[in-house]
Amino acid sequence: MKLSFLLNGRPTEVDCEAQETLAEVLRARLDLTGTKVSCEVQVCGACTVLVDGLPVSACTLLAYEVRDRSVLTVEGLARPDGSLHPIQQAFIDEFAFQCGFCTPGMIMATKALLDDNPKPTDDEIIHFMDGNICRCTGYVPIVRAIKRAAAQIQQEKGK
Amino acid sequence: MMPLRRFRIHQAREIKEAAEMLAQFGDKGRLYAGGTELLLAMKHDLLRYEHLVDVKTIPGLDKIELKNSTLHIGSTATHRSIENSPLIREHFPVIAEMERHVANVRVRATGTLGGNLCFAEPHSDPATLLLALRAKARVQGSKGERTLEMDELVAGAYETSLAADEILTAVAIPLSAKPRRAAYLKFQIHERPTLGLALVLELDDGQNIKAARAVVGSVSPKPCRSDKAEALLAGPRDKVEKQLPHAAKALAEAADPVDDLEGSAEYKRHLIGVFLRRAFDRALQRPTAHG
Ligand SMILES: Cc1cc2nc3c(=O)[nH]c(=O)nc-3n(C[C@H](O)[C@H](O)[C@H](O)COP(=O)(O)OP(=O)(O)OC[C@H]3O[C@@H](n4cnc5c(N)ncnc54)[C@H](O)[C@@H]3O)c2cc1C
Ligand code: FES
Ligand code: FES
Repeated sequence: MKLSFLLNGRPTEVDCEAQETLAEVLRARLDLTGTKVSCEVQVCGACTVLVDGLPVSACTLLAYEVRDRSVLTVEGLARPDGSLHPIQQAFIDEFAFQCGFCTPGMIMATKALLDDNPKPTDDEIIHFMDGNICRCTGYVPIVRAIKRAAAQIQQEKGK
Repeated sequence: MMPLRRFRIHQAREIKEAAEMLAQFGDKGRLYAGGTELLLAMKHDLLRYEHLVDVKTIPGLDKIELKNSTLHIGSTATHRSIENSPLIREHFPVIAEMERHVANVRVRATGTLGGNLCFAEPHSDPATLLLALRAKARVQGSKGERTLEMDELVAGAYETSLAADEILTAVAIPLSAKPRRAAYLKFQIHERPTLGLALVLELDDGQNIKAARAVVGSVSPKPCRSDKAEALLAGPRDKVEKQLPHAAKALAEAADPVDDLEGSAEYKRHLIGVFLRRAFDRALQRPTAHG
């Protein structure tokens, strides 16, 4: 099957088979290994990428599902000049990761949250991020990073 | 990684075509919606299919609309689209609220109502609430259409009464003319709920409950109600309030909870009492028209 879609803003075409997941295609066929795979059953969120702006589990979603759609992975966040996206920067500034395995998924989930709800309350953050598991940080710095990113994005918009 | 075995995907353009494909593939084929349940079972090699029939390519099958005082939710509507539907928020806020707490954001964005009901996972939240709301399942197969009650559709754990070539096309929920109050509460510590409890009350006025429907889900193989419990839940509000423990007992007897990873049967019986009272309080505090 020939699959065409928009990947991080770039028109992309790739050959793959119907049973391949989006994570397999991204990681093995397109060498984009930023998307991590852990539980493989849609529970942990390590594999979170956005399809037409909505968060999905790339570990289980068939690549077939993204035909003619737009996919955003963690590799697509940095700006063209190489500077980090405010969400990425906020995760660094708040020490919101240790081993870092959950981080690409956390960051992509945060992107989906803030695109939809630019000023989330703590409860809204916790509800939205409920399906992204971190075994290192205890979540507190992650919530802080999300709030910092939200504020930063608001500030940049205001400029 | 757990690779999936090879299969082919067939894009159905209409319901009839999907039914014909399913009839043609027999045991080797299966209907495929969001894949959030089906693909997991296939990854673990619990199910094997060579052909998946995609129903998301059927135009309009995800439609949510109000027709003849009935709310129709198309079977490929995702949990997310149901949660965010203005129509559902207006007429059945209890459904939007329930959907908000199904699974996680990713599963809600991909998983469909039809897939949830047709997988008949015993911990389904929608199956429990929809039974309480007297929803009907509209089904179409290669031989024609039929309408099922929710407790007919869900036959048991992971079991529906659908024939292999039958497709759930929509769920239809009547808007009741009478003022209704409804609540859905769940208790969850793991990935799936330990208990879900739905209560729908029809009121004459603020003080008198004309009829009640109470459904408990997750505690046993399929959502369950009890005529005896519902009789105890009707009458003057004060009286019903005193009868809540008896109603909970009747509901627990009917549901016959099982011991599993989510808790012991005894614990679940206790939870039914706690959550029936909470649902009662919640339902009566909520001044919305239908749900
Ligand atoms: C991590 C996780 C957590 C979850 N938590 C909850 C929860 O808290 N509460 C809850 O209620 N649910 C929960 N679920 C279940 C979730 O709601 C379902 O996975 C989802 O709705 C299934 O829809 P789908 O479109 O992906 O179905 P699919 O996986 O595509 O299909 C599931 C089954 O239904 C059949 N099917 C699908 N559509 C139709 C149709 N229209 N007609 C006939 N047969 C059909 C398929 O053939 C297949 O056998 C959870 C799931 C996961 C993975
Ligand atoms: S790897 Fe996809 S959700 Fe865990
Ligand atoms: S930083 Fe290690 S799992 Fe989150």
